[in-house]
Amino acid sequence: MRGRNIREAVIRAFFFASGILAVLVLVGIFLTLVTTAVPAFREIKIGEFLTKTAWDPTSPEEPEYGILSMVVSTLLVTGGALLLAVPIGIAVAAYLSDVAHWRVREVLKPVVEILAGIPSVVIGFLGLVLVGPALARIFHTGNGLNALNGSILLAVMALPTIISISEDSLNAVPKAYNEASLALGGSRWQTLWRVKLPAGLSGIIAAVMLGMGRAIGETMTVLMATGNARAFPHGLLSSVRTMTADIAIELGEVPYYTTHYYALFAIGLVLFIITFAVNLVADLVLHKYQEREQ
Amino acid sequence: MKISTRKGILQAVGFLALRAAMGLVLAVLVLFLYDIGRKGGGAISWEFVSQAPRKGMTEGGIFPAIFGTFLVTVITAALAVPLGMAAAIYLHEYARQSRLTRLIRLSIRNLSGVPSIVYGLFGVILFVNVMRFGTSVLSAGLTLGLMTLPWTITASEEALKTIPNSYREGAMALGATKWQTIRTNVLPYAVPGMLTGTVLGLARAAGETAPILFTGAAFYLPFLPKSLSDQFMALPYHLYIMATQHHAIQQVRPLAYGTALVLIVLVLGLNMTAVILRYRLRRKQR
Repeated sequence: MRGRNIREAVIRAFFFASGILAVLVLVGIFLTLVTTAVPAFREIKIGEFLTKTAWDPTSPEEPEYGILSMVVSTLLVTGGALLLAVPIGIAVAAYLSDVAHWRVREVLKPVVEILAGIPSVVIGFLGLVLVGPALARIFHTGNGLNALNGSILLAVMALPTIISISEDSLNAVPKAYNEASLALGGSRWQTLWRVKLPAGLSGIIAAVMLGMGRAIGETMTVLMATGNARAFPHGLLSSVRTMTADIAIELGEVPYYTTHYYALFAIGLVLFIITFAVNLVADLVLHKYQEREQ
Repeated sequence: MKISTRKGILQAVGFLALRAAMGLVLAVLVLFLYDIGRKGGGAISWEFVSQAPRKGMTEGGIFPAIFGTFLVTVITAALAVPLGMAAAIYLHEYARQSRLTRLIRLSIRNLSGVPSIVYGLFGVILFVNVMRFGTSVLSAGLTLGLMTLPWTITASEEALKTIPNSYREGAMALGATKWQTIRTNVLPYAVPGMLTGTVLGLARAAGETAPILFTGAAFYLPFLPKSLSDQFMALPYHLYIMATQHHAIQQVRPLAYGTALVLIVLVLGLNMTAVILRYRLRRKQR
């Protein structure tokens, strides 16, 4: 009997260790970024790092380490993506939950998931050879590798997330709300627009936040499709370089253990903090809403 | 009467807009797949998938990249599948509702939102530098494995949720211990579902580029990796190189299209296998 208890305890401990690993990895990522980023600030002032727009670490005269242009570029591309993906994503979710016949829905849901399965490097490639050239023709701008191109591609990538979580939240609205609205003489459209969307709003907000988190952290797509100019962006038709793209471009060429190397990890830390905050807010909204439904 | 016609028109217009949004998304998907399929199809041949690149990657095939992606995905699976299953078993079978359990769940959800390039940075420090695996297929596979972990945990837990509690209670009532119950009455029914879910995660990992950029993927190698400490070529990274870094980009565009098609067929093929398996499994369970 005792041997059995010990064995059970050992097995339980093994499973517990696997469970706690997730916490360790998350904390490990954060601490690794912090400890590798800190040496950068022996030479760079944190205030200048965050507020200066010039990033030129390899300048022979005076290296400059300001990430503001990259941060604004990331926010610009992400903002553009959300402008496209949020209305379309919510509309598709509403179509799937309230308009489509259930047989059509069963077919279309996996089809939307295919979109989520396309690797980001392929989406970036399509931005280079398909969407970019089309934009160049429409707006008469060089090669079409600009923030708008990135926004369109990131919108496509954020859509599956926004659609599936928004649809879940629309489906979670109690049937009684639906029936009460219809019984009072509301049309199906009015019920959707004035009852179900407001009732499912917290879930939809969470969906948008999660889509935003994905867009901010996406690397290959923006690296290949937005032109990578280091200048401060002037609008959606500017060529931009995001935080993720800058790390991807420079980490391969930088000598280890230099200020430039540490500074790239500092960008990674800023990126981590931003996405962590966005995901945490989404998580809180989503779980508050789930608890309410229970 | 007048009011109800206005209501009817409003509804017709509104639903039309929703259908248009659905149509737009489908059109984008079809356009993307069609463009890759049409232009990539021309590059595909037996030689393309079975030979190494030649003449500065302007001719020949992509076999080393296919092999490298296969190898790195096996390492990813070796880390993420068993640990993901074990973590899911802990969360669903052992853990009670406590602050610690909530912290673990919160960490898992947050890990799945960490940008892939940040996993790459973590891999450079942890696997390449601290553990001294160097830039190698092992470092890249482990980095991808950590990235895949939250997906395999979530997928495995979903599979455990489908096992009715009566299965567990039956074994417990006969005096089985917790682990005996899990081993004989839970896992045999849950493992197929766990595996289909984890295949989806592995498919995503196989298509990732950012985490392997600095942990082991190579621009070009004249030979296949002979051990886990060698660098490797990978399909997604090869596509990136052929699309943006090659010295004769326009000339090798057909090869880039071919690489994109092979990558998409591989990833979506894995995806669809998992989806079909899951669908069959659900019908069987009903």
